[in-house]
Amino acid sequence: MKILSLNFLTCAVKACKSSSASYPLHPKDAELVQDDIELNPQLLVNLMPRIDWSALSTTATELGFPALPAQPPTPEELEADEQKLKDLHNLLMQTQIMEGKLVCGNCGHEYAVREGIANFLLPSHLV
Amino acid sequence: MSRPEDTLSADIHYNDTEARKYTTSSRIQNIQASMTHRALELLDLSSPSLILDVGCGSGLSGEILSSIPPEEGGPHVWIGMDVSASMLDIALQRDVEGDLMLADIGQGVPFRAGTFDAAVSISAIQWLCNAESSEISPAGRLSRFFNGLYASLKRGGRAVCQFYPKNDEQKKMITGAAVKAGFGAGLLEDDPETKNVKVYLVLTAGAGSTSDITGVVKGMDGVDVLDPRRKREAGKGDIKKGSKAWIVKKKEQMERKGKVVKATSKYTGRKRRIAF
Repeated sequence: MKILSLNFLTCAVKACKSSSASYPLHPKDAELVQDDIELNPQLLVNLMPRIDWSALSTTATELGFPALPAQPPTPEELEADEQKLKDLHNLLMQTQIMEGKLVCGNCGHEYAVREGIANFLLPSHLV
Repeated sequence: MSRPEDTLSADIHYNDTEARKYTTSSRIQNIQASMTHRALELLDLSSPSLILDVGCGSGLSGEILSSIPPEEGGPHVWIGMDVSASMLDIALQRDVEGDLMLADIGQGVPFRAGTFDAAVSISAIQWLCNAESSEISPAGRLSRFFNGLYASLKRGGRAVCQFYPKNDEQKKMITGAAVKAGFGAGLLEDDPETKNVKVYLVLTAGAGSTSDITGVVKGMDGVDVLDPRRKREAGKGDIKKGSKAWIVKKKEQMERKGKVVKATSKYTGRKRRIAF
């Protein structure tokens, strides 16, 4: 699963909907893989306003990446600076969690990730 | 043709053999491809977008989303949800580009608000109308799905869900659930009244460039718009108070309440002749 997807996922448990601690999910025992995906600058520029930068910083630190700048880059900066674009592409699109767990900060529910597929099936009492 | 939806739930029906059969059948591949292209046409995306593929299965539709050339606004990035582990296994073997998740859409859509530009669903949401245990109901599953989908789409985003309704009742139930969740909803039928009829539920979330759902198909060739809403709106002001139609309507209302109402005849609503 891409780090991009992790930036959008929240806990699926009903009781966590109202809690701010249920986002972002925290990766645990994560095995990372670097994939080769073609750079798509337009897509990243389109996505940039929707990415929660503070959540992304948290995730990056938890996964052991170097700390991100405090402020998200603006679309103009991205278009001008190819290195920034490449770094972002590397983090968001090419880095994939293959094995591990995603843990909700509110209820502590662990979503298993196997072969890159996160299991979000819930027992019926949590729906 | 038999409907697998009637006998089993999706995660049990699509076991390893069924999933393989489904994915390798060239007939199904062709149908899926043409439906995905039709859905993309309805979504009308002009630049690379983040798309949710609901019931992505083995990634037949997702493959097409990733392969849209740049001049047509692609390639799109997609995240797929499916409840069948066997289907996802085949998707892994086929090495699809999108992200996959094992999740039941009837349990909701676990993404934060405004995540996706658009959503597609090919032959999936009719599975929501089944309930395998007494704890869950089709209505509950439908409402959780549509509420979750509405929240996870950005305002002005669109969703196109192709599905196989069992009957008109099911069509109404699904559309009703979507409208209740806040969507502007419309049904597009390709090849109506034939064996190959394809039903697309077209949804718009929040105010966008096209405020009315009929705006989605504006400018498309060979689309007839049937709008039952208009009739209702027009009908309201038409009936004059005291006219025969008004009296008949009132009588029907009373009858529905269980009151005793005289039968309607040719004399209903007529003025009495002045006796003298």
